[in-house]
Amino acid sequence: MSVGFRIDYLQLLSPSGELREAAEEAGWNADVLRSLYQAMTRTRVFDAKAVALQRTGQLGTFASALGQEAIGVGTAYAMHPDDLLVPSYRDHAAQLLRGVTMAEILLYWGGDERGSDFKNARRDFPNCVPVATQVAHAVGAAYAFRLRKEKRAVVCFIGDGGTGNGAFYEALNMAGVWKAPVVIVINNNGWAISTPRARECAAETLAQKAFGAGVEGRQIDGNDVLSVYKAAQQALEKAREGDGPTLIEAVSYRLGDHTTADDATRYRSPDEVKEAWTREPIGRLRAFLAGKRLWDKEKEDALQRRCAREVEEAVATYASTPPRGCEAMFDYLFHSLPASMKDQLEEARRFDPVRRNGHG
Amino acid sequence: MAELTLVEAVNRALTHEMERDEDVIVLGEDVGVNGGVFRATNGLLSRFGGDRVLDTPLAEGAIAGAAVGMAAMGLKPVAEIQFSGFIYPTIDQIVNHASRLRNRTCGRLTCPLVLRSPCGAGIHAPEHHSESPEAMFAHIPGVRVVIPSSPARAYGLLLASIRDPDPVVFLEPTRLYRLFREEFADDGEALPLDTCFVLREGKDATLVSWGAATHEATAAADALAREGIYAELIDVATLKPLDFETILRSVQKTGRCVIVHEAPKTGGFGAEIAARICEQAIYSLLAPISRVAGYDVVVPLSRLEKQFMPSVERIASAVRTVMENS
Repeated sequence: MSVGFRIDYLQLLSPSGELREAAEEAGWNADVLRSLYQAMTRTRVFDAKAVALQRTGQLGTFASALGQEAIGVGTAYAMHPDDLLVPSYRDHAAQLLRGVTMAEILLYWGGDERGSDFKNARRDFPNCVPVATQVAHAVGAAYAFRLRKEKRAVVCFIGDGGTGNGAFYEALNMAGVWKAPVVIVINNNGWAISTPRARECAAETLAQKAFGAGVEGRQIDGNDVLSVYKAAQQALEKAREGDGPTLIEAVSYRLGDHTTADDATRYRSPDEVKEAWTREPIGRLRAFLAGKRLWDKEKEDALQRRCAREVEEAVATYASTPPRGCEAMFDYLFHSLPASMKDQLEEARRFDPVRRNGHG
Repeated sequence: MAELTLVEAVNRALTHEMERDEDVIVLGEDVGVNGGVFRATNGLLSRFGGDRVLDTPLAEGAIAGAAVGMAAMGLKPVAEIQFSGFIYPTIDQIVNHASRLRNRTCGRLTCPLVLRSPCGAGIHAPEHHSESPEAMFAHIPGVRVVIPSSPARAYGLLLASIRDPDPVVFLEPTRLYRLFREEFADDGEALPLDTCFVLREGKDATLVSWGAATHEATAAADALAREGIYAELIDVATLKPLDFETILRSVQKTGRCVIVHEAPKTGGFGAEIAARICEQAIYSLLAPISRVAGYDVVVPLSRLEKQFMPSVERIASAVRTVMENS
């Protein structure tokens, strides 16, 4: 496959909820559209609760996905269960569709490693907090699938800021050479904490970074869940067929702060955020569905109630999960604890403040 | 039985394990057609094919990172970093990912990779080819650090490292690659990890070393024996997790300890051993512990490298001093 230097911009659903003609012909299934809508809404309801929990001291730092629900939902919806997700730290929209539970996500951000011991999605990677190192994991995992001739693909998420890191280029280059069945999705939300996209990279698009590595690059409207789904589906299919990696730049906007420890009002104007709200992903799909009489207020209320109930149950599970004993730090470090570390384990037990004081 | 050099032993261990376990794959720069710049992977490509013997782009961080992904998906990658000075970009992946994947997923995902690299000075190599980074890796929780000091131990410990379910940094003393031959059976028998090897018993002082420095420590012990000073000689072999019991027993017997390593002295792994002896056996000591190490300087180019590395004379002198001080 030859890779030309041309970046198209895929948008199927406009911000005001109009489906482009070509997409209309593609014949979207009403159930699929509703599922995508429900999954995005579920993410947003969860997100709002997680931020509220942090604000009231019941959760540690949390990275909200407000406004970027379409990227995770559209991508994960296109994945097969035995594909692999290698996420960054803002990808619970995708994780929720992969079967990661809300309670697990809360446990993770609440400071408990069991939040990464997913009951479902057993092979998916845990969140990657260092920026860009996860891309190499995705490429290595994809290589393992290729070597075993398994028709599985890997999805890796990275932020726009992460694409400035050397680890991203190294791994992308390797993906190209190895024809690794990997789809790297750039969640371009416009900001690397306080650094705007324009100060991160002088290139016109982030998708074009693919070309230097001999990889196909595409830019899509990341707030249009249909574009995300379509692009991810095509890229995943291509990967599973052995036709190599794809880099997808999904252009979105971070409507919230970088994390709950950040205050975005320090570096961006209210007008910019206000304008971004006119392009967010959930409203536009709702407008389209309503226009087609596939959605109404009654359905919306029921969905909101359902999501709120699910979130409340997850919060209850999270809140009632007792902390692990100090042994846990040692239990999972190695396959079996080296003899030379038994003294340290004993010391930890002896001085365990929870055990000594009888409370957590 | 075969008489092999250390680098040939590495090659035999890789061959044996790739033959035995099809999940074992080798990746790194020039490991394929070229057989590795030191020839450690010689012949593997023709025997096991390009899917299992991967020439990678020049990207040490991505080599280690891809190995993490492979390992998490059930392969057993053995990644080669061509020269010791180029291993530092991998530390990000080893510290942040390989060493903690098991722990942070409560055992759901694991990382059975081996990161192999030559280490140490003494072969008149260019800049950035002669470093001894073992203490940096030994400081990382959740990773094993193994350094063989003979062909037989290179063979047995590399087999054990590949079979180990957790990440292992396996540092091969470049200077020993072809320094001498040793006879051992290529029978697939692994040696135990997390175990020190007592190379020689002695009553007067304990000499603790690892890697290439073991060679000078042995020569020093020979010289001292001719003077009637009998040193017990310990090859640490696995620095992390450390088999301190073996060292402790020896120091309690001899009452004296000299630690020898090529890496710079400050914050070197010798400091860890000395501190533990002080914590657990200070009253057994008849003299202060002594360390013979590389100086706290940049590893010099070849004209001065002999002056940098612990010499037989420096080691013997340190042992004589601890004898006199007691």
